[in-house]
Amino acid sequence: MISLHGLTKEFPGGVKAVDALDLEIADGEFFALLGPSGCGKTTLLRTIAGLETPTSGRITIGNNDVTGLPPGRRDVAMVFQDYALFPHMDVTANIAYPLRIKKVPRAEREAKAAQTASRLSLSELLARRPGQLSGGQQQRVALARAIACHPTVFLFDEPLSNLDARMRLEARTFLKRLQRELAVTTVFVTHDQSEALAMADRIAVMSAGRIMQVGTPSEVFQRPSSTFVASFIGSTPMNLLPGVVKDGTLRVAGAVLPLPEGVAGGEEVVYGLRPEYMDLSVTAREDAFAGHVSVVENLGTSFLVTLEVTCDSGEHLVQAVVPEDAEPAPGGAAWAVPRHPRALVYRDGELVTP
Amino acid sequence: MTVGQEHDQAVTRAVPPARAARADTGRVRHAMGAIGRATFLAAVAGFFALPLLWLATAPFDAHPTITASFPEFTLNNFRSLLDNPYVLTSLGNSVLQAAGSAVLVVVLAALAAYALSRVRIPGRDALLYVLLLLSSVVTGTAAMVPIFELATRLNLIDTHLGVVLTLSGGLLPAAIFILKDFMDGTPTSYEESARVFGASPLQILWHIVVPVIRPGLATIAVWAVASVWGSFLTPFILLRSPEKSPGAVILYTLYTEGGSPRLDLISTFSLLYSLPVVLMYIFVSRKYGFRFHGGIKR
Amino acid sequence: MGFVFPALVLIGVFLIFPALWTIYLGLTDFRLTGLAAADPQIVGVDNYTAALGDERFHTSLWLTVQFVLGSAIIGQAGLGFSIAWALRNRTGPVKRVVEGLVLLAWILPSSVVAFLWIALLDRDQGTLNALLHMPGFAWLLDHPMLSIIVFNTWRGTAFSMMLYGAALENVPPSHLETARLAGASTFQQLRDVVFPRIRGHMLTNLLLISLWTFNDFTSFQITAGGPEGRSEILPVYIYNVALSGGRLGFGAAVSFLVLLINLVLALVYLRLLRGRRGAEA
Repeated sequence: MISLHGLTKEFPGGVKAVDALDLEIADGEFFALLGPSGCGKTTLLRTIAGLETPTSGRITIGNNDVTGLPPGRRDVAMVFQDYALFPHMDVTANIAYPLRIKKVPRAEREAKAAQTASRLSLSELLARRPGQLSGGQQQRVALARAIACHPTVFLFDEPLSNLDARMRLEARTFLKRLQRELAVTTVFVTHDQSEALAMADRIAVMSAGRIMQVGTPSEVFQRPSSTFVASFIGSTPMNLLPGVVKDGTLRVAGAVLPLPEGVAGGEEVVYGLRPEYMDLSVTAREDAFAGHVSVVENLGTSFLVTLEVTCDSGEHLVQAVVPEDAEPAPGGAAWAVPRHPRALVYRDGELVTP
Repeated sequence: MTVGQEHDQAVTRAVPPARAARADTGRVRHAMGAIGRATFLAAVAGFFALPLLWLATAPFDAHPTITASFPEFTLNNFRSLLDNPYVLTSLGNSVLQAAGSAVLVVVLAALAAYALSRVRIPGRDALLYVLLLLSSVVTGTAAMVPIFELATRLNLIDTHLGVVLTLSGGLLPAAIFILKDFMDGTPTSYEESARVFGASPLQILWHIVVPVIRPGLATIAVWAVASVWGSFLTPFILLRSPEKSPGAVILYTLYTEGGSPRLDLISTFSLLYSLPVVLMYIFVSRKYGFRFHGGIKR
Repeated sequence: MGFVFPALVLIGVFLIFPALWTIYLGLTDFRLTGLAAADPQIVGVDNYTAALGDERFHTSLWLTVQFVLGSAIIGQAGLGFSIAWALRNRTGPVKRVVEGLVLLAWILPSSVVAFLWIALLDRDQGTLNALLHMPGFAWLLDHPMLSIIVFNTWRGTAFSMMLYGAALENVPPSHLETARLAGASTFQQLRDVVFPRIRGHMLTNLLLISLWTFNDFTSFQITAGGPEGRSEILPVYIYNVALSGGRLGFGAAVSFLVLLINLVLALVYLRLLRGRRGAEA
């Protein structure tokens, strides 16, 4: 188990990359630190590794307080974004390097390296230098090097970002299976929400050095706790529209919707609904957003439709995902019908829907 | 498509006379440029080859003169090298001083460049730049007097150590500058990765940094050897006895001492003394490419 | 941080300390031999005023200016750039031969090249006079400055050639092609595309070769400053006055003046360099 208590990392110049952060990561968990660039996720990972010294707060791994320990004595292994394979060593020497530091005899560590390599289908490549490997192979060598020293924690910094799009999907599945097999607590950093959703057991969404929400992928996807998380998670951004409560109904962009739980009269709120939970109708309805189809984007098995909605509060864009045989013609009138049970209401940026 | 093609053909068929003339002058200009360029390069090659001719012919000439001429081939001149008492010892001195300085410069510069590259100190780059400027001034001539005086007081006059230390001090700033550039170009993730696996600073330096920047270290070593091998002023000032002088100083005395100069000796010695630096240069440029590092790109 | 320490000590003792000590020695009547060698007295700024009033110093300074302008700025930088320009996007034996010869002049030991030039320029049997059919023309005696300027151009062009060669590779071909498509002549291409792009390289190069040439001692091995001091540039002057003539204190004072001139030179270039950065920002 990894526990962080009041962890703060302030850089010279007063920038707080990590700000009074508390977090618990369970044994064997595959945990994602997700956030836009500059949110402090990589600094947090490096602080856990011991490459950065926290300004204040404590880090414990298992039962040991490792806050003051140098990286080499924390029993963690890190895979860097650029893999950091040593260019002058062949694959065997790279994988065996942590064991060399631990003064394991040469024969033993080379056997161990060969064994780990075969597990990751690298046996053919043992004599090659990193420069002679493809991106995916380099990544597996880096993983093998981390595995070979049997750490209690793996730390991955953007493990997939140096792979091309197709390789990334393969590597995602591979990485998740590997983590499940090894059952070693793993923390990884990513800026790609789809990666986090696909791989992690739990996700911490970060912004400006703080954690905005921690939860399983489903929780984070279905009930983002703030408009920040709502707009960050999801391949198609969530519709976030200003609304006001009036006469027992919720008025949003010209639509009159039933009053959700948790809101009172006269309030100004933000109404959130994923485009996937929005249906398109060609006939007029009062509980729908009326507008003109401005853009239709082909997503493969479905279409993302953008409506221009003009109402008293100005002009809004409302998006809906429709099945592949139901796409409307651009320019025509259409009504976007929300599925009420999926709707979320935010007040001052925070979720109020119970 | 077809319309466009027809249009193109029409244009080619009916080139206006003015444009044709311009194309002609363009071609003429191009040809003139090529001829001018070839002439210029031939002149340059001649200018740079001319002084070298003598070095190529005289050592093998049975009757060497000052004029470069087609030699009456012989290798006898090289025997005169063995007869002169100072020639072989001076080569030994050159090797000693060059190797000593190279080792000192490479080790100290590597340590310093590593630390400077990885630690953020305000004003670090400015300091390095000032040292670099200072070294190109001081090692030249401006500090001739104090260096002579310093060596006298430290009892380093007429010692190899004095020459090695003085030359190394002068070479270090540039060496640090160049090596730091190499270090800056290596990702810090290599070292951080090793740190996470528990490697100590010296282990990181020895296992990771030194092998990764080996081309830089080789460049610095060769550069230091070549500089010391060719340096004249420092040993000329600091050494008194000919038994300790390097080849550069002995060669100078060979052609300035009284009487008519022994051309067989001078020519063969010059050739012999030039060979190591030429070979080293070829080695480095073959193996690592002769590139520009440090400072220059700023 | 302990890694830096040994290097700093060596630099401090053999580079910075001598530079500072020059100032002190310049204030004394220190001599190589005799009474003042054992017990030098502080003579204040006498050495400096003497040097500034010395006819020989003035001549030497003027010769040095000619030497730097002629051999470094016009000779090495001009020729080096021309060669780099003529050899750009060329490959094959021509490039290798020309570059090889130019580099050879740069890497050979100074004592060797000095004698090569003595032989080349020899009055009676020199190869140059043989080629030009003008036997008995005493280059080193009648035109000592011209001789060492041409010599130093020959000696040092390689650095500028390589530096400009590297700089020209950084000029994107698309920029030159754009200019060519617009009909620019070679001169216009150089002025509008190439020079603005490599200005930083040019200034750095000029700074380095100026300083190196200013302090170069190799010409001593050819003319020893003669005849009658007509090629006595400042480094040779200091050597002749201080170590040959034994007036260490006076020599140190001149050394310090040279140091100051170099510093000013460096500052001017750095100023220009910074001006470039400011303009870019």
